[in-house]
Amino acid sequence: MTSDLSRRRLLFGGAALSAGVLLAGCTSNEQAPTAAQTKAAATGANNEPGKKVTIGFSAPAADHGWIAAITNNAKAQAGAYSDVELKSVEAGADAAAQRAALSTLISQKPDVIVLLPHDGKELNAFGLEAMKAGIPVVNLDRAFPDARAYRLQIKGDNYGMGVAAATYIAEQLKAKGVSNPVIGEIPGIDSLELTQERSKGFADTLASLGLKVANRRPAEFTADSGQQAATGLFQALPKIDAIWNHDDDQGIGVLAAVNQANRKEFFMVGGAGSKKAMEDIAADNTVLKATVTYSPSMASSAISLARLIGQGKGMSDLVELQVPKEIVLASETITKENASNYLKLGF
Amino acid sequence: MSDTTPTAAPERAAGLPAQSPPVDPAETAKADTSARLSWWRGDGGEGAKRNIGLLATLVVLVVIGILTRPDLYGDASWVWGNTLTILKLASVVGVVTVGMTFVIIGGGIDLSVGAIVALAGVWCTTLATQSYGAGGMIFSALTVGLAVGVVNGLLISYGRLVPFIATLAMMVAARGLAAEISDKQTQVSNDTFINGIASTNVLGIPLLVYILAAVVLAGWVLLNRTTFGRRTVAVGGNPEAARLAGINVRRHTVLLYALSGLCCGIAAIMLTAQATSAQAAMANLYELDAIAAAIIGGTLLSGGRGTIIGSLLGVIIFSTITNLFAINGLSTEAQNMVKGGIIVAAVLVQQVQFRSLSQFLARNRATTT
Repeated sequence: MTSDLSRRRLLFGGAALSAGVLLAGCTSNEQAPTAAQTKAAATGANNEPGKKVTIGFSAPAADHGWIAAITNNAKAQAGAYSDVELKSVEAGADAAAQRAALSTLISQKPDVIVLLPHDGKELNAFGLEAMKAGIPVVNLDRAFPDARAYRLQIKGDNYGMGVAAATYIAEQLKAKGVSNPVIGEIPGIDSLELTQERSKGFADTLASLGLKVANRRPAEFTADSGQQAATGLFQALPKIDAIWNHDDDQGIGVLAAVNQANRKEFFMVGGAGSKKAMEDIAADNTVLKATVTYSPSMASSAISLARLIGQGKGMSDLVELQVPKEIVLASETITKENASNYLKLGF
Repeated sequence: MSDTTPTAAPERAAGLPAQSPPVDPAETAKADTSARLSWWRGDGGEGAKRNIGLLATLVVLVVIGILTRPDLYGDASWVWGNTLTILKLASVVGVVTVGMTFVIIGGGIDLSVGAIVALAGVWCTTLATQSYGAGGMIFSALTVGLAVGVVNGLLISYGRLVPFIATLAMMVAARGLAAEISDKQTQVSNDTFINGIASTNVLGIPLLVYILAAVVLAGWVLLNRTTFGRRTVAVGGNPEAARLAGINVRRHTVLLYALSGLCCGIAAIMLTAQATSAQAAMANLYELDAIAAAIIGGTLLSGGRGTIIGSLLGVIIFSTITNLFAINGLSTEAQNMVKGGIIVAAVLVQQVQFRSLSQFLARNRATTT
């Protein structure tokens, strides 16, 4: 078993590596997911090729590293199984466009549909329709309000990210013996439910420890908006003890602002777990000391579980005969100590 | 824009007696004298009056800042640093706004500026370009900006597309291309020279502020001291009369959009340096910021009038408002509402001050035919 496993990993890893090198050589900017972001089931009978499963897949064509990683991971994971065929449609610019794309998918009668909806509320009706047509729906990341609209929901823990970030910050401040700390927050797009959940988890946890956020300046998940939000925050708070920045992509801009303003008196916690953030944390030469995960590897897990659902199998570590209905990933805290373990999951 | 029907021409000319194109040498000389009288801009003092109003607004904003955060404003070194920060935050949009001011004075509009900044930024940070060093990155950003501007101009003047439509299409297409080139990833700039543009100070003042000052100065000279500037006002005020006066309106329109594109290329380098990276979603909604700043600065949305200094003050007012809300910890939603209110107020003042409502309506009818 183990030799089989290591050979499989070696082969796939080697293939991914050479593909990566090849792509880097040609187009310079394409990124292949690392072997660790996708993973064939390792134990039991689940990794044996079984009944052929056709999986329909749809995710928004957003211009953000995280969404790009979601799509890349799903495709790579499907490619790792000989018994999975992935039919992928781009979701377009909004919920209406995604609905249109998904209806073409339904007509191709896949065994399972995996989708990352623009907005779970807006696509709830689609989930109901597909389930009614006998196609199990795996909802990735953005919850459907109606439990009948999905067979499985697998998502990150936005509230938990806030909790994890606040817990880490409080611990560090306590260890340093800072009283009355000044805590800043740079969330992403403020109108999104996920941002509000992250901020609520952060504020609730801080409040339970008798702390509060001194100032929060939202950005837009982009590096340039992060840079401007951070610059605003620095003007408002002449002295800062800790900052939570929700997103590592916009964190590139936040770190740039830190250098430009020459403000190094505080430490920062990131969010999502990008490769660059993990490298910065491991190198320990910036104010970024930790990041809380919201990993796009959930797309790979979703494809694996969709395959099991299509084949009528359960998860081999659970006693249950079928895949569970809901899975919420834990938000983990990555620090200098454990960064090397997580680096392979970075995007 | 360049093909207004001849029947509309007299009406338009009637609406703008002061801005009839400088056809004969005497007219040109007169325009020159008034330009010398007011260093703000040669429109007989109206621009200067407006700019004093904008300065007063700025003073009010600073006073609000002093009243709400006396603790911060009590520290002289913080005040100096904050002023530089406001100027730094205004610098990128400021450069874009200079180009936008030319386009709007020339009777057009450029909705694609934010997308051009993103495309030029992404182009200059692709690994392929980065391997040529800072020179290659700067060259590619400027060339891409200029090229996209020229395409805009050609579509509008020779393709006869309405500027709104042509640049709207470019806005969508350029962001799409930027996403394609960057593979939807945030591209980190590893070039120390490029990144240094944002962190370098010369004589205690950030380099970005010097770049803004240089672009503003160049724009001011171009608009107020050259034939190009006078032609821009003529083309925007009355394209048909400008054509009859011998101005190559189509070529001039292409040049205006090219200028706007070039400004976007410069802004892309500045923004990439600030964020030490570029991505397809960067410079989001800069088109609206630039248009809003130009309009509150006194540029007439239907063309024919506007000042560079006014636009600059418009940008600085917006960046001061952002700063004011940040130092008081107020939400960005409230900030956007205030911004919206200021734009409406500025346009209302503009209408009351410069033409009666009926003239305004008549002019609008003429423009839309």
